[in-house]
Amino acid sequence: MTNEQLIEHLSKAYPDEVALQGNQYPEITVSREILHAFMQNMKSDSNLSFDYLVCESGVDYPAFLQVVYHLESTTHKHFLVVKSNTENRETPALDSVSDIWPTAEFHEDEIFDLLGIKFNNHPHLRRLFLDETWGFPLRKDFYDDIHVVER
Amino acid sequence: MGIKKNKEFEINDFPILDQYEGGSIILTQLDALLNWSRANSVWPLTFGTRCCAIEFMAVGASRHDMARFGYEVARASPRQADMIIISGSINYKMAPVLKRLYDQIADPKYVIAMGACAVSGGPFFYNSYSIVKGADHVIPVDVYVPGCPPRPEALLYAFLQLQKKIKREKNFKTRIKK
Repeated sequence: MTNEQLIEHLSKAYPDEVALQGNQYPEITVSREILHAFMQNMKSDSNLSFDYLVCESGVDYPAFLQVVYHLESTTHKHFLVVKSNTENRETPALDSVSDIWPTAEFHEDEIFDLLGIKFNNHPHLRRLFLDETWGFPLRKDFYDDIHVVER
Repeated sequence: MGIKKNKEFEINDFPILDQYEGGSIILTQLDALLNWSRANSVWPLTFGTRCCAIEFMAVGASRHDMARFGYEVARASPRQADMIIISGSINYKMAPVLKRLYDQIADPKYVIAMGACAVSGGPFFYNSYSIVKGADHVIPVDVYVPGCPPRPEALLYAFLQLQKKIKREKNFKTRIKK
């Protein structure tokens, strides 16, 4: 499917969510309640069949945190970018997609370690690189005067 | 300059040999022999954490050969090594490991800090939460090699400086104490 066909298909299927053309790939912003069902559809729908989660990363905005998923289909060769916001910065929580794409286990461990977003239904959420004495270093308001020399 | 004069500021560990005329020459030559043999056979421990390890491998390969200086084999076990070349940056997670490896090397042991990250934290000195700002916060360093990464010739120069440092050591010679 081309980008325009993808956007049309998604807008028809999910009229509440905003689907538009980003810089390179179509983007869609999904609310966190239907995130898991949406991802399940993306994988199992035979027209779309996004079977490859390329990358999952977290973004820090002033009022909330966001997780961005890059999906690719190896059969149809199209891409999609899915974004999903958390409620607030104090208790960020999203549904885990590691039962759909197993690679998401490590990606979500890393996001939890460095940004602090908890994922529900994750098999074993743990701190990969840092330990409990560190905060969340990739947040914009991270301050640590022991280890960091500011410039 | 006899040894028996000015007793208040010289100590001598081998008083018997020094009573005889010219006895201290034996100690000096023994010292030179020991230092020469130690300096020409210093085996490094394989310890490369980052990009400088590639340059270290280049020094060990055939074009810039480190075997011709005696730094022949890079041992994997610290018990069999004489020195450690810190090539690469040290995390806060890696620092206790480095200290443990350094403690396991038997005396006499030497350390070369290779590359900007090991010398002072390098490009990660500002605004980095995870890199130790210089390997000499963890273990004592003998020779510092600047560069990012240093040329293989720079590392060979560091080997020569280390050899000069070893040849200055005094084990048997009279030690002057003030």
